[in-house]
Amino acid sequence: MIAQHAQILVVILPLLCAPLVLLLGKSRIAVWFTVGVLSVNALLTWWLLLQVLTIGTLRYSLGNWPAPWGIEYRLDPLGALLQVMIASIAAVMAPFLRKLLAEEIGSSRQYAALVAFILLTAGLLGIVATGDAFNVFVFLEISSLSTYALIAIADKRDALLASFRYLIVGTIGATFFLIGIGLVYILTGTLNMDDLAVRLPEVSHTNTTQIALIFVTIGIAIKAAIWPLHAWLIPCYSYAPRGIVAFLAALSTKVALYALARFLFGVFPLADMPIGSVLLEILQLLAIAAMLIGSAAAIAHSNVRAVLAYSSVAQIGYITLGLALATSAGVTAAIIHMFNHAFIKGSLFMCIAILATGSGKHTLESLKGLGHRMPIVGIALLIGGFSLIGVPLTSGFISKWFLITALVQAEKWIWIVAVLLSSVMSIIYVWKIVEAVFDKSDDKQVRSYDLSVDIPIVLLAAVSLYIGINSSALVSTAEQASKWLLGMP
Amino acid sequence: MALGNALMDASSGLGLILSTPFIGASLMILVRRAPVLRDAVTMITSVSLFILVAMLPSNSDGAVFVLAEPISGLPISFGTEPFGKLFAFIASGLWIVTSIYSIGYLGQKTDPNKTRYFVCFALSLGSTMGIAFAANLFTLFIFYEALTLVTYPLVAHYGTPESRNGARKYLQILLGSSIALFVPGIIIVYLFAGTLDFQEGGVLNGKLDPAFTIPLLLMFLYGVAKSAVMPVHSWLPSAMVAPAPVSALLHAVAVVKAGVFTITKIIAFIFGWEMLASSPGANLPLYIAGFTVIAASVHALQQDNIKSMLAYSTIAQLSYVVMAASLFLPIGGLAAALHIAAHAVAKITLFFVAGAIYLKSGYTLISQLNGIGRNMPLTLLAFTIAAASMIGLPPTAGFFSKWFLLQAAFTTESYFTVGVITISTALNAAYFLPILYRAFFKAPNEDQKSFGEAPWPVLAALLFTAALSITFLAYGNAIMELEAPIFGSIFNKYD
Amino acid sequence: MDSQLYNYWLVILLMMTGLYALIARGNLIRKIIGLNIFQVSVFMLYISAGFIREGAAPILSPNVDVYSNPLPHVLILTAIVVSVATTALGLALVIRIKAAFGSIDDDTLSYSSGDSATELSIKTQKSSQ
Repeated sequence: MIAQHAQILVVILPLLCAPLVLLLGKSRIAVWFTVGVLSVNALLTWWLLLQVLTIGTLRYSLGNWPAPWGIEYRLDPLGALLQVMIASIAAVMAPFLRKLLAEEIGSSRQYAALVAFILLTAGLLGIVATGDAFNVFVFLEISSLSTYALIAIADKRDALLASFRYLIVGTIGATFFLIGIGLVYILTGTLNMDDLAVRLPEVSHTNTTQIALIFVTIGIAIKAAIWPLHAWLIPCYSYAPRGIVAFLAALSTKVALYALARFLFGVFPLADMPIGSVLLEILQLLAIAAMLIGSAAAIAHSNVRAVLAYSSVAQIGYITLGLALATSAGVTAAIIHMFNHAFIKGSLFMCIAILATGSGKHTLESLKGLGHRMPIVGIALLIGGFSLIGVPLTSGFISKWFLITALVQAEKWIWIVAVLLSSVMSIIYVWKIVEAVFDKSDDKQVRSYDLSVDIPIVLLAAVSLYIGINSSALVSTAEQASKWLLGMP
Repeated sequence: MALGNALMDASSGLGLILSTPFIGASLMILVRRAPVLRDAVTMITSVSLFILVAMLPSNSDGAVFVLAEPISGLPISFGTEPFGKLFAFIASGLWIVTSIYSIGYLGQKTDPNKTRYFVCFALSLGSTMGIAFAANLFTLFIFYEALTLVTYPLVAHYGTPESRNGARKYLQILLGSSIALFVPGIIIVYLFAGTLDFQEGGVLNGKLDPAFTIPLLLMFLYGVAKSAVMPVHSWLPSAMVAPAPVSALLHAVAVVKAGVFTITKIIAFIFGWEMLASSPGANLPLYIAGFTVIAASVHALQQDNIKSMLAYSTIAQLSYVVMAASLFLPIGGLAAALHIAAHAVAKITLFFVAGAIYLKSGYTLISQLNGIGRNMPLTLLAFTIAAASMIGLPPTAGFFSKWFLLQAAFTTESYFTVGVITISTALNAAYFLPILYRAFFKAPNEDQKSFGEAPWPVLAALLFTAALSITFLAYGNAIMELEAPIFGSIFNKYD
Repeated sequence: MDSQLYNYWLVILLMMTGLYALIARGNLIRKIIGLNIFQVSVFMLYISAGFIREGAAPILSPNVDVYSNPLPHVLILTAIVVSVATTALGLALVIRIKAAFGSIDDDTLSYSSGDSATELSIKTQKSSQ
């Protein structure tokens, strides 16, 4: 019974959990209930991934209405991998958030943040789970609305402004996406993504299809913070509550990039469309600009959260570049980095969140010497930093290895130079943080945390290390996913 | 007995060699509250590492120890090979001497970071062993990067703004060049050759367009910045902010030799001699290295800081090795191996001496050394021997390695190399002899205090390495025999 | 020009009006109004597409052959719910921004430059903890 409906349960469980947590309110059970539900959910996604890898794409018709009339949920290798990532990080971060939220926004409104966090998780899982284009819009908005609320919940004035500005930009993005979906619906009369992929080639040369592609791409690009549509991301990552940022930085842009991959390769007949190759080339150029400008800006900033936010812009560039190559190797590299970067940035923002708790500040100055006081957090930060640079035996090295391999195979020599330049720049901004955190000349007295904070950080950092030492499972899953995405046998 | 059996087997021997420094480092962390115990662990670790390396069977083809497989098809694996064994032998042997020296050198001061110092030292040696015994380029690269990272805390040891800036430059140049050029170089080799294993005759032979051969080699030459070819040499003078023993073992032996070792291995076992010798532009690496030799020697001439002078001298000597390898001949490989050994024992002595002088007098400048030979005669005697070796005077080690380098150059009729060696020998003499004159014959500065020799561990260490420089004849032959299987014997040429 | 397509021109007109209000006006309330106009234009796009000439309302009846497409209506019902939620959240944020900054003119609002300033809680309730 459960096995049969597991695919929908993954989304339904957190959706049901959210109102229950609201009812439980301020009681202590609320947090542990959330942790329990999210853990069960994570186990379900792992089980689903194994299923997908053994028997192939899973399909589930909502209310037993057959596709393309009913809404269909479809889980492919890429989706299953992303779901595992989302659900696992959500489950691991929930206990971490409990501590930080209580401190930052007060225990009186902690449960409200928890509800928004669960809804955000549900929205992200939904985007990946569904096979229906309109459903993607709905889940995109569920996740976005919870994000706006989460950013503003700490009652800090900069966070309010960041949230409002993100709301405006984000809604424009979602509406653009809606326009694109509307146009293809008008053309084909279907919203099922697989069905669209069958019907769109007939109309691949019409202007409407080109415009629909542009609207969908721009809409998602805003959500994915692809340069130059990244401006919302910096203040959001700089001013949102510390714990929340870790979750947002880990997942929200990745899921948008997943949606981009699905629409570019799984819905639109890119190869037949007049603007298809132009669009891919533009995306490549934007990705290169993102890497170089993002890394340069990260070097220039002294607020650690802004440094990491700009680094995210650059890293999103790596993923976009891999996708825009539209080769099997390129998409594989993009998927690998999507996965790796989620864990890297998640753990880095968690480390910074903990280190900054004492002073409440995020400048390099205020973090000085804290790595010695909190060695576990310090080491996790080191692993995350090395991973960002791409030091061997960390997951970041695996990402770079496959991305450069893909670029060599595609003979994009100039792009390689740009990727390497951006990597070298990452040494500078990462080392700036590492040097400050391990500066012994400034020893501050800070209180230490309990295991509920340390364990999530250690777990995320451990994933980075494990992938760095043995990447074969991730790589083979990513290869399978990219083959499926590009429609290769 | 069981241990003896295990050591006969190259695979488990390699496992032991690679784990010893890491076990030692962990033990040091455990006993960090007891300095005596910690120093004892350092000594025991270094001695046992040396014994393990010495006992390792030198020729055991196919004996491989696989640690992990980060990317499928690319395992972290180790094998024994004469050139790697020589490098491991030198590094682990000199580690014992340096440990003794370090205990004496740091023992003078109350330094809160001493445990970190010894732990990082052990980890550096562990990484060096990984480089020496790497069975493929991928493994070598991993330990190459590890060596950069674990030596960073050693360079930044004093924690002053000056040392942090130097250390940052050190890290950024080494890490940056390796990521920008070394990684893509490896990927290109892997894509063309389908393997990264070190094989005699090279793996790229016939698989790469000859026009791209030398450009790819140049990527490695600059990507492996540890070999300090100009213009990626500037990390080495920056690293001189480190304590003297660090400069001695790491920046005269382990780190810099890891660079030239890597270059030689890539030339011999990735490209292959024949392939490179017949590629268009094959003389380019030679010219680059030759230019570095002369330019660095001129720089050394202008330095007043002792350690800076030694750093530039090291840059020049490293390019000797690169030049030897860039002759693209097995004989050149042999000269490279010999020069790695000869320069290691001489340069470590010079740094030991610089440290001993600093320890007793606080002097860091050449101009302060007037008459110092009267205060520290034994120390300056060691300096004289090592300087003679640097210049290449018989019967020191430097003479023999230069001899073979010249032979290799004459074999290929590379008169450029001969010219460079001649000029640089003159320059070497020009910057070492005035120091000796100053130390022994000039009257001391008026404000000079009277002081004696350095503490006995320091003195013993530097005298021992100086002795190694003049007894080269005793073991030089053993080195040549060890290397004969891969580089051939130099005497065969004339048979 | 096909006069039957006038509603699509209306959609474009509304879309541009909404986007203009979003971009050109500094007042946050006006921005939200602009956002709403923009979204309504998209709703109209969908509804227009669902209309079928001579089609009746999609209620099963024995003497009707052609029905309008009901699906766009359903979709837009969902989108309207999303839009209402967005508007509500946006307005709530405007109220809080007014309390925190004393202004709702986007041109006068800016992030505090120092990191410490961001940590100033605008309410005093935290001190009671």
